[in-house]
Amino acid sequence: MSEQQPHGEPLPPPKPSARGRLRIFLGAAPGVGKTFEMLLTARALKAEGVDVVIGVVETHGRKETAALVEGFETIPLRSVPHGGQCLAEMDIDAILARRPQLVLVDELAHSNAPGSRHPKRYMDVEEILAAGIDVLTTLNIQHVESLNDVVARITRVRVREVVPDAMLDAADDIEIVDISPDDLIKRLADGKVYLPEQARRALERFFTRGNLTALRELALRRTAERVDDALLDHMRSHAIRGPWPAGERLLVCVTSDEASLGLVRYAKRAADRQRIPWIALHVESPRESARSETERDRVAEALRLAERLGGLAVSIPGDRIADDVLAFARERNVTQIVLGASRRSRVFELLNGSVANDVIRRAGLIGVSVIAGDQEVKAEDKHALRSAPRPDLGADWKAYGAAAVSVALATGFGLLVQPYVGLETIDLIFLVSVLAVAASHGLWPSLAASLGSSLCYNFFFIPPLHTFTITDPANVAAFAVFLIVALVVSQLAARVRGQVIAARSRARSTEALYEFSRKIAEADTLDDLLWAVAFQIASMLKLEVVLLMPENGSLTVRAAYPPDDELDAADLGAARWAFDRGRAAGRGADTLPGGKRLFMPLRTTKAVVAVAGLTRESPGTLLTPASMRLLGALLDQAAVAIERLDLSRHMEAARVEAETERLRSALLASLSHDLKTPLASILGAATTLKNYGALIDAPARDDLVDTIETEAGRMTRFVGNLLDLSRLEAGTIRLDRSAIDLADQVSSATARVGPALKQRPVDIDIPADIPFVMADALLLEHVLINLLENAAKYTAEGTRIAIAARRENGGVRLEIADEGAGIPEADLSRIFEKYYRAEDRDRRSAGAGLGLAICKGFMTAMGGDIFAANRAGGQGAVFTLVFPAALVVPPGEAEPAA
Amino acid sequence: MSETPILIVDDEAPIRRLLRTGLTTQGFLVFEAATAAEGEAILARERPDVLLLDLGLPDKDGLDVIRDLRARRDATPIIVLSARGDERAKIDALDLGADDYVTKPFGIGELVARIRAALRHRVQQQGGEPVYERDGLLVDLSRRLVRCDGVDVKLSPKEYEILRMLVTHAGKVLTHRMLMHEIWGGGGDVQYLRIYVRQLRQKLERHPDRPERILTETGVGYRLV
Repeated sequence: MSEQQPHGEPLPPPKPSARGRLRIFLGAAPGVGKTFEMLLTARALKAEGVDVVIGVVETHGRKETAALVEGFETIPLRSVPHGGQCLAEMDIDAILARRPQLVLVDELAHSNAPGSRHPKRYMDVEEILAAGIDVLTTLNIQHVESLNDVVARITRVRVREVVPDAMLDAADDIEIVDISPDDLIKRLADGKVYLPEQARRALERFFTRGNLTALRELALRRTAERVDDALLDHMRSHAIRGPWPAGERLLVCVTSDEASLGLVRYAKRAADRQRIPWIALHVESPRESARSETERDRVAEALRLAERLGGLAVSIPGDRIADDVLAFARERNVTQIVLGASRRSRVFELLNGSVANDVIRRAGLIGVSVIAGDQEVKAEDKHALRSAPRPDLGADWKAYGAAAVSVALATGFGLLVQPYVGLETIDLIFLVSVLAVAASHGLWPSLAASLGSSLCYNFFFIPPLHTFTITDPANVAAFAVFLIVALVVSQLAARVRGQVIAARSRARSTEALYEFSRKIAEADTLDDLLWAVAFQIASMLKLEVVLLMPENGSLTVRAAYPPDDELDAADLGAARWAFDRGRAAGRGADTLPGGKRLFMPLRTTKAVVAVAGLTRESPGTLLTPASMRLLGALLDQAAVAIERLDLSRHMEAARVEAETERLRSALLASLSHDLKTPLASILGAATTLKNYGALIDAPARDDLVDTIETEAGRMTRFVGNLLDLSRLEAGTIRLDRSAIDLADQVSSATARVGPALKQRPVDIDIPADIPFVMADALLLEHVLINLLENAAKYTAEGTRIAIAARRENGGVRLEIADEGAGIPEADLSRIFEKYYRAEDRDRRSAGAGLGLAICKGFMTAMGGDIFAANRAGGQGAVFTLVFPAALVVPPGEAEPAA
Repeated sequence: MSETPILIVDDEAPIRRLLRTGLTTQGFLVFEAATAAEGEAILARERPDVLLLDLGLPDKDGLDVIRDLRARRDATPIIVLSARGDERAKIDALDLGADDYVTKPFGIGELVARIRAALRHRVQQQGGEPVYERDGLLVDLSRRLVRCDGVDVKLSPKEYEILRMLVTHAGKVLTHRMLMHEIWGGGGDVQYLRIYVRQLRQKLERHPDRPERILTETGVGYRLV
């Protein structure tokens, strides 16, 4: 959750207006008749014509309830195989496919069988709501997450199935189903309350009058709070001035203590009662690295719980916890601080002080509550995954070894200089050694060094020598002072070292972020970018990373580091879910937690652009809160970068699209002109000959026949060009390359164009030493014919056309120069663009717009190039065909075998 | 001169009508067929001197018609009427034994010239006359004599081989493959062929850069006029 969105639990659904309405029937205990009440309501709605189906309803064999189920359409349950038996679960896909207006879902707190899409039924309900389907559901008060430990305290029964408070907050309607405790106990005695066999004994203890009264009160109060909220919202939205607290905040301090979870829940209740926002704060001290994995997990869990309960979870680095907490609190306008009571011994507190006491003493106007808290009695905590033996144990021994060496050195040096100096100097030598150990190895080794130093000091230097006794009172004082100074120095130096390490790690992550943004800014294609993102995240967080993006409607792997394209169906499902909902799914997340990978969405303000899948070979927690936050920052940057690239690509595509569209319509206009003009001439000449042939004299008749021939020739060329163009555009040109003799090509092309050239002599100058070039003979001939016809078209009769070949830069250039008007400078760069001439209607003759584009296309296809210029000296255009060195056939190889 | 019987096999009626009109004026006796089956029947019955064959027939691939005809050792000259951009089919037709091709659309004059060349070629084949003489170029295959405008020309063995092939099939298009097969036994490279043709032109043409005797059929092969 980001800081800007402290109450972000219900994320904006894809279509906010289309979200379904949620109505919860809330009861204090099983057996109050929630299901019955829900069915009655549903009946009434059905009678009004609402399309109602039953997703899941537990009748528990009660006749009254079963009778009410009659007449409803029921979506069959899905059976999930689990441990040799089949468990029946609500079929969420069938419900989504059926798309009723309203679906009944009993027991909101139910846990789904392992292997289901979501571990919890309330998550199924969220998905149904997001699909725009209304839901009626039932819930008992002890399943509400923030009340979980209160209920446990009242009833001595801890309920494992909890529903986050956000679910209740998001409900459009909460209806309390209430009967008096006495009536409920009577119903229980009458056997009207269904209790599962294995839980019967436990639950019977639950149904005491005292418990039920307390639970009922809780349910009523929770509902009343909601009513208050609704009233408040109403007042706010209607700009009614009210006595609501403005700008107040509650802060709860989270530590690795087991009571932290209870503390967070307490904070949520307290904040809700006052309707103020709240923050869960964890101060990460330099000692943090010394904590066990279990302790770190506990902190992470408490912070996650805070986020789930709608609070803002923050973790800051710091050393003096009380000062850091208060500084943060003042900065955030916090008015109340909730702390856990210390579990440490009085002696420890006397020596070290207590955070709680420090905070209380310096809190000033901020209220401080210290809660003794409940130890979470969670059996599984005891068996929680313990990390491997602390890897730095070896390092510790080295540190203590270094301490011993340091003390030994100090002692040796002291003995050496003793004859020349006084006892005070020996003091200082030992202090130096303690200081050195503290600075390089931290607190505990330096304390050991202090102890060792004092012992050596006493043994070797304070008379009587070689005993641990001190006789001279002055020496006793000196020794005491030495011990105190050594301890203080240890503390101070170690703290400085801790701060240095913390600062270094912060600097590293800042640097990493900067480096990351620099790296991804360098990428200018999407593939480069995705690869850079995958690589950077993988190396910074020591994770395996895959990035998926939607492609043709399905998510596909676009980049992976280490390269690994294998995603199984379960992973793909989780990725899809994460992409569609914009929330984390998979390993360790709320949804599909059994997956191999954790999938995190890459969100921008507009949409989810990609999904990152993360995993690591080793089991256990994938991400600490700190690395989670770093990951969040990285993914945000990556998402923005992807969006930026996507955006520019879309803009470019749109521009090209528009341009193509414009040219296409220009071509269509030109096409109809180019085809109709010759057709009109041919048809006119033919009908004239047919009808009046006898009346026309011979020369006029010949003239008409010539017209038919010429115009048909024009059309032939034009249609030929169109064919070539479509072949080029369809990419169906198959190159048949061989070594070409340019002299031969030019002469045959000239011969083919022959009649069209009319009175324009062609000078061919192709020296014998011009090597053969690799080309497709037919395509090259097309190019030459097009250029020759083009020259004939734009020059006057009697002018000459010169074709010359020369070697240049290891390649060959073939120039076709005419003596016409040349090409306007402005057109030189665009003359080979498709349809270019088609735009210029007046100057165009048939097919002219296509010929040069085809030349360009063919030359490019063959690996060569073509460009146009005007003659340097006189008038006329020069078209140059370029055959780069790669296309030249080495003359040596051209010698045929005998 | 008696009328030369000629068969047109093309499924396009307007083309047949145009060819009938044009060719009749040139002294041909024109038979028409719209399908391959019809054409083969007329071929057997009328024994025409030349066959004009469209490759895109409704009932049978034109290439198969050529293949079957040549398989029956029927040497009737075949001129293929092909569409543009159909270079592959054109070469295949020549390799299968067609004598020549014209590309649609074509002028009637060009077609008649091709027909006459094919007929001449047939006469040559039948008569076994080993002397080619045309427009100043004389090739006497029995005496290995090549004379250009009255001057003896000395050719290398490979050059002579190529020229002999061209002379034997004068007027007919010889594909690169046919020539290479004959001269290098299937090995070799088009590039070598082009070099030899260039050398031949240097020796036999009046303007080597504007050849009039050995003509290039781009992408297909060569033809001796």
